[in-house]
Amino acid sequence: MAEVLRPEMLDISNDTSSLASPELLHVLAVDDSIVDRKFIERLLRVSSCKVTVVDSATRALQYLGLDGDNSSVGFQINLIMTDYSMPGMTGYELLKKIKESSAFREIPVVIMSSENILPRIDRCLEEGAEDFLLKPVKLADVKRLRDSLMKAEERVFKNIMHKRELEANDIYSQLKRAKI
Amino acid sequence: MQRQVALIKQSLFDQGYLDEQFIELEELQDDANPNFVEEVATLYFKDSARLISNIEQALERGSFDFNRLDNYMHQFKGSSTSIGASKVKTECTMFREYCRVGNAEGCLRTFKQLKKEHATLRKKLEQYFQASK
Repeated sequence: MAEVLRPEMLDISNDTSSLASPELLHVLAVDDSIVDRKFIERLLRVSSCKVTVVDSATRALQYLGLDGDNSSVGFQINLIMTDYSMPGMTGYELLKKIKESSAFREIPVVIMSSENILPRIDRCLEEGAEDFLLKPVKLADVKRLRDSLMKAEERVFKNIMHKRELEANDIYSQLKRAKI
Repeated sequence: MQRQVALIKQSLFDQGYLDEQFIELEELQDDANPNFVEEVATLYFKDSARLISNIEQALERGSFDFNRLDNYMHQFKGSSTSIGASKVKTECTMFREYCRVGNAEGCLRTFKQLKKEHATLRKKLEQYFQASK
């Protein structure tokens, strides 16, 4: 007897909510300098990114809900750009905290610094930083970052769509066989 | 008026007060954000006034905390770099060098020069923005 395939038996993941709309990367920028905050915010807006700017690593952790307060709202951050030298918690320490977190370790973190210190750069890259940018950050740097992140997202998106296609084909064959 | 704007701007670059970072800032300006550069400049002068005051207080104390002074200068240099304030940036670098070798006299001298450059830049930029309106 032909087995009837009901929709609920099919396990197709319809969840692409983890992907931001391809046009709109949401960036969290962290810098203790008010001038640099204004500057990076503008750079990112001009590059068609959604921007949230905070003035310290502590506030960044609060925003992400990683400060133990657990007040994190449901939002999507696609990239974190942080200054290296900040009072209190440095950008390097923030990077480590993010990479230690199961919820956020996949988010690319870019370090910005006015100082071209090779051991510093190495340390950050070793800790999992996506990139290290010398200040002042250029529009070209942001565009390059954005393009490479969007390509990565596009790959993920394409993989999901391909998977769906395969699953749909699979269902179709099963339906055919069941002569529905 | 346009010509005056161009002249002021040219002299700022020719005399080394501004570098290409200022041009980067101008490229971020558009019809929807026509005052971006002036806004950044305003923030810069407000912030650097605070730093100058902090440094002055630190120097007045007589005992030179070079670490603390260097810290202030690091911030000052950073924001000066971001706005393209070339001469001010150079003075910041020199000041930090004097901090590094613990030369109080050098710090005082450089700081005086820095304040001068900073004041001049402020005046010239005010002229520039006024003429641009």
